[in-house]
Amino acid sequence: MDVPAAKKPRRHKGWFKRDWRLYTMLILPVAFYLIFCYKPMIGIIVAFEKYNLFKGMWGSPWVGLDNFRFVMKMSDFSSALRNTLFLNFVGLIAGFPVPIVLAIMLNELRSTGVKKVSQTLLYLPHFLSWIIIGGMVLQIFSPNSGLINATLLKWGWIDKSIPFLTDGPHWQFTYTLVGVWQGMGWGTILYLSAITGINMELFEAARIDGANKLQQIWHVTLPGIRSTIVVLLILNVGQMMNISFDRPQILGNAQVRKFCDVLSTFVYRTGIENHKFERATAVGLFQSLVGLVLISGANFVSKKLGEDGIW
Amino acid sequence: MKKQTENKPALEVKKTRIWTGPQIVLALIIILISLTCLLPFVNVAATSLSSKSAILSGKVTFFPVELDTRAYKAIFSDPAMMRSLWFTIGITVVYTAFSMVMTILMAYPLTKKRMAGRKFFNFLALFTMYFSGGTIPIYLNIKELGLLDSPWSLILPGMLSTYNMIILKSFFSALPNELEEAATIDGANDYQILLQVYLPLSMASLATLTLFYAVGKWNSFQDALYYIQNKSYQPLQLKLYHLIKGSQAVDIAAMEGGSSTVATDISESIEPASIIFATLPILVVYPFVQRYFVAGVTIGAVKG
Repeated sequence: MDVPAAKKPRRHKGWFKRDWRLYTMLILPVAFYLIFCYKPMIGIIVAFEKYNLFKGMWGSPWVGLDNFRFVMKMSDFSSALRNTLFLNFVGLIAGFPVPIVLAIMLNELRSTGVKKVSQTLLYLPHFLSWIIIGGMVLQIFSPNSGLINATLLKWGWIDKSIPFLTDGPHWQFTYTLVGVWQGMGWGTILYLSAITGINMELFEAARIDGANKLQQIWHVTLPGIRSTIVVLLILNVGQMMNISFDRPQILGNAQVRKFCDVLSTFVYRTGIENHKFERATAVGLFQSLVGLVLISGANFVSKKLGEDGIW
Repeated sequence: MKKQTENKPALEVKKTRIWTGPQIVLALIIILISLTCLLPFVNVAATSLSSKSAILSGKVTFFPVELDTRAYKAIFSDPAMMRSLWFTIGITVVYTAFSMVMTILMAYPLTKKRMAGRKFFNFLALFTMYFSGGTIPIYLNIKELGLLDSPWSLILPGMLSTYNMIILKSFFSALPNELEEAATIDGANDYQILLQVYLPLSMASLATLTLFYAVGKWNSFQDALYYIQNKSYQPLQLKLYHLIKGSQAVDIAAMEGGSSTVATDISESIEPASIIFATLPILVVYPFVQRYFVAGVTIGAVKG
């Protein structure tokens, strides 16, 4: 009887008497996590059932992997998966370098006034919902009367409106462009704070060695923010399977259905609109598991490269 | 006054150094890029104030053409729109208050290394960042709880953000331990220490998180689209979504040769006016709160 007690000498004897107030603080948040985060995880079993709304998740018959087999054969699913990966990949290639370049440019700018004002403007799109941005984009890119088409027509650069939103490849371009535009300013924040962390003496030494501005950026600034770049790149790769719902939902339309339907909108349409809960849950689970593998892999690679992992 | 006169020559010397040729080019490029973030708004605002014929002929760029404020009059006199505005404000206020209480209550105990089970509770929170039930199980959960079509479905499910909780936790951890020790010696309990020592010292980060939550809720539309059918519980973003999606259908019909039957005078400016109407609250507070956000992002990145 004495042995277990002796085994934990570090624990203060009256720990509960001393800390019970801390535990009372945790009651509400822990209840929140259990009810709104962990309880839905049990609901994943719906993916393995022939779900019946009236019998509920405990009464519905078990069908094993049938839902997964069914979904994998759906052409809508494969096109949603393809579009998700394609839009994410193109978005990463086009969007990832932009904040880095922008941050370096902002850092080189000596006028604090111009810097402050432009940063204020650049961060603005981050604070607006995709509904607002989507509404603006539909307005500005609309055929004939939209700002861009009207201007190009007036200048005589084009004879016919460019179908930014109604033709597949054009839509993909618009979607990517808007994403890059929305994220570029906010993305500079982490790089700017990484640049501030670089030892100023390194710039001094480079200058004395006769390095010009571009050489300083190449040999001092970029190596200085290398680890930030690597970690963010890896994190982004880990997010390849995840796509937000708002952006494709608001920018998409019937004419480009084959190009704009992604996993998140597919799950919404299948599950919440058409009440095929089990199929949509199967897609969600597939997406979560692949996402978990991707993010673990990303973390592993990051640590192998000698950078900080994310956990 | 004295200080200013002393500083003046120094400033002038600095000024001549700032604006070299390459710096001017760089500043111009940056200003141009920044303007792409502003001009779309100006265009939408100008459109919302222009006449239908001017909009349709593509004449509107950055100034209203044939000024017409009837779209705004229509919005402000539309009871559904105004009710949605007040509903969104109410939801945002209640949600933000709940969220802050939950975030503080979770973050504070997790900074106490002496608490038994701290690692477990920490994991309980962190795990939710990497794995979730998914859209449909979450929807079914809300349904089971009887929250569909209730304003609570917009408040409760997202009221604690683990990301924000980590930001607050790292801020609490940075406060010196001696403060708590001194308060304990004075006989204060954990609640008193939290309320009278920690919170007053954390006002800046509490302000940041309040804004994070408030802007997030103001902008959220996905939860409302999923959970709300009842028109009187539609937040502004959802109303706007339906408006935009509706008019898009009309546009496409018109392009394909059909003609829209509801051709009122403001049919073209009501949508941009609604966009401006829903954005205005954000635009008004934005310049003042922007720096708090930037501080929050950097804290979150260091510890997250």
